[in-house]
Amino acid sequence: MAKFIIGRVLETIPVLLIIVTMTFFLVRLAPGGPFDAERNVTEETRRQLNEQYNLNAPLWRQYTDYLGHLIHGDLGPSFKNSSRTVNEVIGAGFPVSLELGLYALCVALTIGLAAGISAALRPNTVRDYAPMTFAMAGICIPNFVLGPLLVLVFALWLEWLPVSGWDRPSEKILPAITLGATYAAYIARLSRGGMLEILSQDFIRTARAKGLSEARVVLRHALRGGLQPVVSFLGPAAAGLLSGSFVVETIFQIPGLGRYFVQGAFNRDYTLIMGTVLFYATLILIFNMAVDVAQACLDPRQRRA
Amino acid sequence: MSAVKLLSMALAALAALAALAGCGSARVETKSDKGEQQNVLKMGAGAEPQDLDPHVATGVTEHRILMALFEGLVSQDLTTLKPVPGMAESWTVSDDQTVYTFKIRPEAKWSNGDPLTAHDFVYSFQRILSPKFGAEYADMLYYLRNGREYHDGKITDFSQVGAKAIDDRTLEISLVNPTPYFLSMQIHNAWFPIHRATIEKFGAQEKRATPWTRAGNLVSNGPYRLETWEPNKVIRVVKNEHYWGVDTLHLNAIEFYPIDSELTEEHSFRSGELHLTSGAPISKIEVYKKEHPELIHINPYFGSYFYRFNVTKKPFDDARVRRAFALAIDRGSIVKNVTKGGQEPAGSLVPPNATPPGEGVYTSPVTLGMNVEEARKLLAEAGYPNGQGLPHIEILINTLESHKQVAEAIQNMWKVNLNADVTIANQDWKVYLSSLTKLDYQIARSSWIGDYHDPFTFLDCFATDRGNNRTGYSSVAYDNLLEKSRSTKDPQERLKLLEQAEGILITDAPIMPIYFYTRIYLQAPELKGLPPNPIGIVDFKTLFFER
Repeated sequence: MAKFIIGRVLETIPVLLIIVTMTFFLVRLAPGGPFDAERNVTEETRRQLNEQYNLNAPLWRQYTDYLGHLIHGDLGPSFKNSSRTVNEVIGAGFPVSLELGLYALCVALTIGLAAGISAALRPNTVRDYAPMTFAMAGICIPNFVLGPLLVLVFALWLEWLPVSGWDRPSEKILPAITLGATYAAYIARLSRGGMLEILSQDFIRTARAKGLSEARVVLRHALRGGLQPVVSFLGPAAAGLLSGSFVVETIFQIPGLGRYFVQGAFNRDYTLIMGTVLFYATLILIFNMAVDVAQACLDPRQRRA
Repeated sequence: MSAVKLLSMALAALAALAALAGCGSARVETKSDKGEQQNVLKMGAGAEPQDLDPHVATGVTEHRILMALFEGLVSQDLTTLKPVPGMAESWTVSDDQTVYTFKIRPEAKWSNGDPLTAHDFVYSFQRILSPKFGAEYADMLYYLRNGREYHDGKITDFSQVGAKAIDDRTLEISLVNPTPYFLSMQIHNAWFPIHRATIEKFGAQEKRATPWTRAGNLVSNGPYRLETWEPNKVIRVVKNEHYWGVDTLHLNAIEFYPIDSELTEEHSFRSGELHLTSGAPISKIEVYKKEHPELIHINPYFGSYFYRFNVTKKPFDDARVRRAFALAIDRGSIVKNVTKGGQEPAGSLVPPNATPPGEGVYTSPVTLGMNVEEARKLLAEAGYPNGQGLPHIEILINTLESHKQVAEAIQNMWKVNLNADVTIANQDWKVYLSSLTKLDYQIARSSWIGDYHDPFTFLDCFATDRGNNRTGYSSVAYDNLLEKSRSTKDPQERLKLLEQAEGILITDAPIMPIYFYTRIYLQAPELKGLPPNPIGIVDFKTLFFER
């Protein structure tokens, strides 16, 4: 098992290097630069700005300089948020996105698993169709529709919850539900499918024949296999959730990293794009690795694969 | 058993969330109710400011916050739009109107209690003009004698630049030309002073992007000082007890919420969390006008929305074609049916009331209306009778729903009136800017908001080879008039020259004006002391709550 994990860790290094290189050159290929604005700066000022941010150097030199700083963990200054470094932007934004992502993950798992499992236990009845219809709706409604809708109902009409912000606990409920809803829907469908397949297998019939209670059959024997599809989905889903969502963070005015990621790309904030892409890439690689390890635990056959 | 554990953990989390929901269920006082009681203004700031360094910041968002934190030599009375004393208590102007002598207030202080002197201004001007610093707005100080030469590195001795501290309290500014709007320019952040000791503690005079602007570090000289700056969350400024006019301030503190979604901002306003917004969603304007006219404010704003023609490419290298296109749109219908925000149809580039009252009268000499007959005639003269032979035409816009709606209306008008085959292409903001600069377009959506209260800020854009020209347009007569206006002393005479210049611009039509902007915002009825003004400025010194 240790060999398996070490192997997976080593594989991530060349992947990250490829990501850094591709991102570095792609962002510079994109038309428009960090200092383009509606009010055009003078040629002289543009030259000065490029000088300040090392953009006058040849491209290969900029690349090697960047890698040099990167090895020391320095992601450089943000071009747009000029008084902050990219390290600081990530340091401040990620914990918020992480917190939001965790809440959303809880929402997704709770609602998704409860709906999926209960649907699988009574297939093709109302108790199956009702939650699955909701799940379908959950997948179809994008969060930029769901978010304002929830705000309208719970904040402006019922006045139970605040419209936006990220200070009080009550401010965190609507964003968590908005972000978690789509994932809950996927989890519901996946867990239903997984459970249905397992519940029809011989070893479940054996368990039932041995006279085990239904709860024991489901919780002890069926769940472990039935949740396999959910576990594979959780890796990328968790990375997606924890790395923040531009839409939800914008709707609810949350100071997370997701907004910087998207704004960085819009602003051609080269260092910020590089920093956030690299950070997310690392995160996703780690999560995928965690999923592989988790699956290896759940299913010994995968360790050899 | 891991799955069971997972399930039970998830259930526990659900219970926790339910408990949290319980916390929020009782409606408590809103943030703005509390704010009002403590005289704390809560306002939407638009986007997160890029920086609070007055020499780095470029946007309207930043300017608004900087107006609370800093003060220039001269301030502006927003009701009369006249210059009023700021850091300078008085000033004199030489007969040739090129030398201003400012007397700095004896009580002028920085927010840490340090005295503020004329030397601080000289140091600040040197910083923004420094060739290494790379300030986007350095050209605002080109009005200073030798300002441009110092910035371009042609001279290295700052004592040759027209900013001299005669003594601690006397600042002498020498300008290249008489500049009637020089005093009104002083409310722009490029002219604000910065605290030398702080700049040098966190970096150097010529160094950008140092942490000096963070809460705890920032030393300023305006009515308020920075207390907290939590990016993408809130910027809180509190009364600066060292400010010369601190006794006249009504608000104890101001909280700026950087909400970039207009919809979220409107929701926050509606739920009582903000007293003042930076804008309003277009879709809500009609509703507010009908149901809550007391909350929505629509004021003329010193900006123009127009289309650029690329005059270097066929068919728009022919002024007749450009004029034909400019005459074939119904501006009244666009503002009435598309933009719907009280905008004025624009027949010229310079918005109305382009000078402060009493500073002379500027009237745009040519006003474009809709004249389809004339348009068709011009098009036929140019060799495209009834639009025949016109190449396929593309309008370039940056991706935004409102630009698309205007473009669609215009596309239809050109189709109907000129039989032109027009499509719309949208590009992401930076790509669009790059296309504009490289003249890689036929027609492009554009806008310009005045940097200072004078027609020159608009007209200067289209002088030959200006960075903001972006049309390829060049007219010797136009350039000469602008140049002549620079050295004309008589204010009305100067405006006459600018009027002539605009006449040439509209006739040559490298641009097609569409409408003049309005500033639309929501304001709580208990907030008072915000006079509508065309330059879109909020003066925090005059705001107060009336219960």
